[in-house]
Parts: sequence; C-alpha cells; structure tokens
Amino acid sequence: MNEKNEPILRAENISISFGGLKALDNVSLTINPGEIFAIIGPNGAGKTTMLNVLNGFYKQDEGSIFFEGKKRPKNLKPNVIAAQGIARTFQNLALFTGMSALGNIMVGRTMKMHSNIFSQALYWGFSRKEEIEHRKAVERIIDFLQIENIRRTPASMLPYGLRKRVELARALAAEPKLLLLDEPMAGMNLEEKEDIARFVLDANEELGYTIALIEHDMGVVMDICDRIVVLDFGKKIAEGTPDEIKANPEVVKAYLGTAES
Amino acid sequence: MAFFFEVLITGLMVGIMYSLVALGFALIFKASDVFNMAQGAMSLFAALALYGFLEQYLHLPLWLALLCTVAAMIIWAYAIVFIVLKPLVNRPPLMLFMATFGVAYLMEGIGQSIYGTQAKGLNLGIPDEMYEVAGIFISSFDLFFAGVAALLVLALVWFFQKTRNGRALRAVSDDHEAALSVGIPLLKAWTLTWIIAGVVATVAGVAWGTRLGVQFSLSFIALKSLPVLIIGGIDSIPGVILAGLIVGACETLGEVFIGPYVGGGIQTFLPYLLALLVLYFKPYGLFGKEIVERV
Repeated sequence: MNEKNEPILRAENISISFGGLKALDNVSLTINPGEIFAIIGPNGAGKTTMLNVLNGFYKQDEGSIFFEGKKRPKNLKPNVIAAQGIARTFQNLALFTGMSALGNIMVGRTMKMHSNIFSQALYWGFSRKEEIEHRKAVERIIDFLQIENIRRTPASMLPYGLRKRVELARALAAEPKLLLLDEPMAGMNLEEKEDIARFVLDANEELGYTIALIEHDMGVVMDICDRIVVLDFGKKIAEGTPDEIKANPEVVKAYLGTAES
Repeated sequence: MAFFFEVLITGLMVGIMYSLVALGFALIFKASDVFNMAQGAMSLFAALALYGFLEQYLHLPLWLALLCTVAAMIIWAYAIVFIVLKPLVNRPPLMLFMATFGVAYLMEGIGQSIYGTQAKGLNLGIPDEMYEVAGIFISSFDLFFAGVAALLVLALVWFFQKTRNGRALRAVSDDHEAALSVGIPLLKAWTLTWIIAGVVATVAGVAWGTRLGVQFSLSFIALKSLPVLIIGGIDSIPGVILAGLIVGACETLGEVFIGPYVGGGIQTFLPYLLALLVLYFKPYGLFGKEIVERV
C-alpha cells in the first residue's frame, strides 16, 4: 500500500449536465488506497454518472480528477484510462455475449498482454509463453470467483447471477489499481448477494484491491464498506463511515422524505 | 451425372468469390455496425492497383506487387477510419452507411483517374488446365483460388479465435462500451478490421480480376453479395461463407437446368429470389443471431 496514504483517486468539484439537467453538481470525493468505498443515493442521484466520469465515458463540464496524485487530462479516452488501471463493471451487464466466460476474462486481460499481431507472427514461442502465463493468472481469478465449471459456457447462455460474476472476473483480470463496480448485487437473491459481498471483501482484503462501488442494498453497504458518499439530485449530501452515515439526518431525509413535504 | 457435378463445381467456384466479398461486409458490420457499401469498390481498387504495380506503371515481380497492393489497401483503411468514420462516431448507422457510399464512389473515381477506364486482363501466370477426376473436369485455376480462399478463411478463423487482437476485435463487435472499459482502443480496432476487410477484398478482387478481367463492373459484385448476406445472416461469418457457396451453386445450376425452360437469364435474379424465401422463413438468415428486444 501507499506509504504517504495519498488518495488513489481524487475528484474535485465535478459538475456535468445533460441538456438542462444537472446530473452532478460540484461533487468532490476521495478514494484512498486499500479501501472499499461506496457511492449511494436514491434513483437518479447521479451515481452511475459519477462512475462514468471516473472511467472516462463522460467528460465533466467542470472540475478535475487526480489519479495517483496526477491531474488527469480532461479528454483522456476511456480505453487509456482503463490501461492506466481503472476497471469497471456495468449496471446492466456488458459481457461479450459472443464469447465464452473464459474468452471474456481473457479480453479483460488485454491490457496486461504485450505481444502484438506482428510479434505473434514472428516470435511464436514468446507469444505462446505469454499466453500461457496469462491463462494461469486468469485461472486463478476463475478459482477465486468459483466459476470453474462454466469457463467454456458462452456468456449468452449464463444465468444472470453468474454473468455478474464473470463481469467481475473480467474486471479483476486487468489487475486494476481501482475497481469500479456499478451495482454488483442488483437483481440478485439474498444468497447471491452474500456470495458477491464475500468476493468483494476477499478481493479487497486478500488481493488488496481498492474498490469503489454503487449499491442499493443498505445492509450490504453498511456491512462491507469503509467509507460512503451519499448523492441526492446530483449533490453530495453526506460523506463518512457507515456509522456516521446512518446517523446523518440529511441522508435519512433523502431516503425517506420528510414529514412536512 | 458428371455434367451435373461439373456445373455444381463451377457454381461453387463462383460461390467462393461471393463468399469472399460478403465476408468483407460481415467483418466490418460485426466490428462497427457499418454496412460497408465500398466493399465491392475495395475489391475493384485492389485489382486495379495490382494491375498497376504489375503491368501498367511498374513492372514489379508478382510477390512485390501483391505486397504493394496490400499496402495500398492498408492506407485506404487508415484513410477511411480516420478521415471518414472518426468524425461520425456515435452518429446513426444510416449516416455511416451513406458515408461508405461516398467512399465507394471516391475509390472508383480515384481508380479511374489513375488506371483508366478500359478493362484490363490480369494474368498472374496461374496455369489454367483441365484435370479429369472421376470423369469430372476441374480447372486448375479454379482449384488454385479455392485453395487460396480456404487458406484465407482458416487464417481468419485462427486470428479471431486464437490471438489477442482477434479476441479484442470480437469484443469490440460484441459491445463497444465494454471493450473500451477493458482498454481496447476503438479506432485502432476499427482500423485493423478495415485492413482485414481490405486484404479479403484484395483476394476477391484479384480472383475475379484474373477470371473476368479487371473492369468497373467488378464493384457490382457487391450487389450480388447482398443476397448472400441475407441468406447467411450478416453477423455470422461461417453463415456468410456457406451462403456464398449456396448462392453460387444455385444460380449456376438454375441457369443450366431450369434456365432453358424459361428462356434463360435467371442467373441474375435467382439469388434474390432465394434471399426473399429465406427472409420469409428465417428473417435473421440461416445462421444469423436472432435479436430479441426485451421490453
């Protein structure tokens, strides 16, 4: 871990609007290395927008992002940001449906592999050795997420819960410095949720990944996260440890509404 | 019976050519959702360029001329992706489709101004002898190109299934956003796809060119590959290859065996009739992915 405890990612005063709608309004957040960080908030609060800004799908109108202490150029492409070490999963699943589970995870490894098409043609042996090494790494991830028995199954044939798990595996395969998870437990039953929560915890504790996630299930968030930011209508209304968030009247108001209104 | 098989083989040979052109379409469609109207023009340009390098302007040896032709197609791929497609990213598919129309005319125009409009005979020195196998005559020329096409398809299969770049291209064709999120550069992937389509176009163009002469009607093969795409399903590469063979075989067999009863000339419309039938019963083609929209 980082000695100086410098944040791995810092977003400062991020604002973005779509047409007249201000999706994010002056939101700042800091993600420290080694922590599980959560962004929560009611529907339409701007959580996924924030994630999309962090991984470069959206460009903020105002504000800046610092990754590993360095200010990130605003127009950096998402694939470059991915190559720098930010991996993500999607709320509505974005697996490569034409490939097997294993194929998906191997693609997630793309950024770790260095031989290109020409070296593949010229240095057959080197490419092969590299491929085998990456296969081993991928197998470790498959073991870790307990999806050994579905590695050859086409992604399109997998049930929802397992697709989510393959997507997580694909993100882990990149060995990212920061892992962004967009509602990793959405639409799951209790047992599946507990599985994913355990994988997230293990990825954090055993493998040392820094994780930022969006989740609706308050119980899970309060259980596994170190720090939480609460968004409501694009504004940050609270930040703190789970206990602080639970006790915050603003948060309660955002979630339950007030008696007067 | 021997006559039937000879006609069938001729048809299959024609079918291979259709398959090759349709393969170029399918590759680009899968990777970027663009229906590339310039595929036929690309074949034409490749054949013209080879003729230019080989006979018209430079008298290069065959291998060097082929290499230069592929290089020319690579330059085209970069130009198309970075000048034409890049500014149109995220626009409706119809706009991209129209843009490729423009590219097709541009390619033909440039081809005409460099190489002239008259038809040219392209002679690669491939022997054209007839062999007799079990009472059936087969041309060595046809066999040669069947072999080349088969090698090309095998190489493509290997590339897409086994290599990192091939996997990346398949990923892009499945889901653009997810591909970006794992670090695959979209423009590079597209360029690579157009380069591959250019190589496929070169093989198709050279094969057609040596058989029929290099002429501007070559770019109309593109129209013949439309029924091939419909029958095979535009997003299925094996489907397209098989459909090309089916179309080639059917139109040749139809012309020879049914044609005389209806006055001939059915070769030109038979593939479309076949495509209509397929559309009626299997709207996504014989091998295409059925698109189920969830509500």
